[in-house]
Amino acid sequence: MHPNLTFEQAPPISVPYRFFLTAPLFGVAAGLMLAWLGAAALESRWTPGALALTHLLTVGYMLQAMCGALLQFVPVSTGGNIWRPKLVAAVVHPLLALAALLLALAFVSGRAGLFQAAGPLFAVSLGGFLTVVAVALLHTQARSKSLDTLRLAIFGLLVTATLGMFLAIALGWQTGWPLLPAANVHAVWGLGGWALMLLMGVSILTVPMFQLTPPYPGWLARWLPPGLLLLLCLWSLQLVAGDGVALAWQSGVALTGLLLAALYASTTLWLQARRRRRLVDVTFLFWRGAMWSLLALAVSWVMLELPQGYAEHPRAPQWLGMLALVGVFVSAINGMFYKIVPFLNWLHLQRLGGLKVLPPNIKQMIPEPAMRGQMKLHFVALGLLLAAVLWPPLARVAGLAFAASCLWLEWNLVGAARFYAVFRKQVLIDRTRADVAGRES
Amino acid sequence: MSRIGQILPHHHRHCDVIFTAAEKSAQRGNWTECDAACEQFSRQLLAHFDAEESLLFPAFESASGMREGPTQVMRLEHGQMRQLLGQLGAARLARDAETFAGVAETLLILMQQHNMKEENILYPMCDRVLEAQTEQLAAQLQARLELENA
Repeated sequence: MHPNLTFEQAPPISVPYRFFLTAPLFGVAAGLMLAWLGAAALESRWTPGALALTHLLTVGYMLQAMCGALLQFVPVSTGGNIWRPKLVAAVVHPLLALAALLLALAFVSGRAGLFQAAGPLFAVSLGGFLTVVAVALLHTQARSKSLDTLRLAIFGLLVTATLGMFLAIALGWQTGWPLLPAANVHAVWGLGGWALMLLMGVSILTVPMFQLTPPYPGWLARWLPPGLLLLLCLWSLQLVAGDGVALAWQSGVALTGLLLAALYASTTLWLQARRRRRLVDVTFLFWRGAMWSLLALAVSWVMLELPQGYAEHPRAPQWLGMLALVGVFVSAINGMFYKIVPFLNWLHLQRLGGLKVLPPNIKQMIPEPAMRGQMKLHFVALGLLLAAVLWPPLARVAGLAFAASCLWLEWNLVGAARFYAVFRKQVLIDRTRADVAGRES
Repeated sequence: MSRIGQILPHHHRHCDVIFTAAEKSAQRGNWTECDAACEQFSRQLLAHFDAEESLLFPAFESASGMREGPTQVMRLEHGQMRQLLGQLGAARLARDAETFAGVAETLLILMQQHNMKEENILYPMCDRVLEAQTEQLAAQLQARLELENA
């Protein structure tokens, strides 16, 4: 009757983990690159260093984490079947990592051949990923507002990737196509149509359930995602409109979009303040940090746009970019890792041992002081990065602090993965011994 | 009209409220209060599992012909949560606040991802597949859960 619904619980643990363990390494690379390039990287959003850093964070850190999380999240929360997840992950993960690396090198070196090499790798990895996830999300029997938002996010990634390919071709083959409107539309679809849409879809579903808050108001969950989509479409008109029209549209559309984002952030903070569970864990704090950063982003935009503001200052986009990438998305992803990785360890070990062997509880997978320490370093690094935009000589210190925070995250995640491997090995040894003893008796 | 997709999520929230009370009292070291809340939580959660396993799942399986799919996964997760409930009880009796907090966190995440699957996928499917029976079945489930509440 429902041939597509097997309700498989989760893919093999290696599927999300290979993405999760790679993502922070791109953060380390971004931090080290900033430390190496120093203040020059922050001069404007168009410097080779700034473009390389942006893509190390977006297609390196964020996209790795989000792809891994979706391959886990889609079957579990929507019942959508991911076609051969192990094979998909084995293809998408290395190609995407290599593509992100080549793209960053292409920006920093300006070599056209690297853009030519990165383009096809993105086409294969993201094309494959988008197809498999879109099929799963379109065929599921589930119905929810969160599911509709996830579908929109996947569409957002499709638009972002398509425009990204256009830009890679333009840069790789020096076609002379106009780059500025495409770059502006690509960036806003990536941040708003893909990353923020995904964050909203996941929040609508998981914040009330896992943080035990009241649900998001029905009208907000219903209208916010399509509202954001509409604004993204209006923003995209600059691709076809003349320059004067584009300028008239841009400011109002962007402001409305940021007000919607601020509405989502303030609603989430309000719900979190009314939660039933009083326990404050690192995931909760990371998510609060992400929502405050989103509010700060909207407020900053408004202040920059005021008559005496600094909207035209070359470092204004850097300030907004740091808040968006490191403040909102890296914080939210970091928090997600600390909730999902211990749980996946537990889930897979529990299944392995059945109801006979009790796995250690979730709090034993990553030491709490290590998570809290890394979280503090992350927010210190965010503060330093923002300070470096205002006073660029701080750039090297800020880069090192961010690299250290991502390295510490990697260490904590590798520790959790090792914990899983050691316990698994022990369970298998015990099982073999029990089988041998059973046969001998 | 009461439907399965209304009755059972409502009871999930009810269990959440008792769970948070139990967790809060353990955090404060008020074990007497924690004993009472845990016992109530355990009774409610087990009643919920029993109602689903004896009424809802068989009806869904016979109407849909799906015997090895969603309901099997749900039964497996009920088994996992029963196991954790046992661990939680042992930690409480030993007055071991650290283990209690760890097991409670594990149980909460497992319980919420289980509820997420039921509320987003299984219950809407039950309401669709069972059509005419859904109102009667919802009433039976409600009665079973209220009996436990009394």
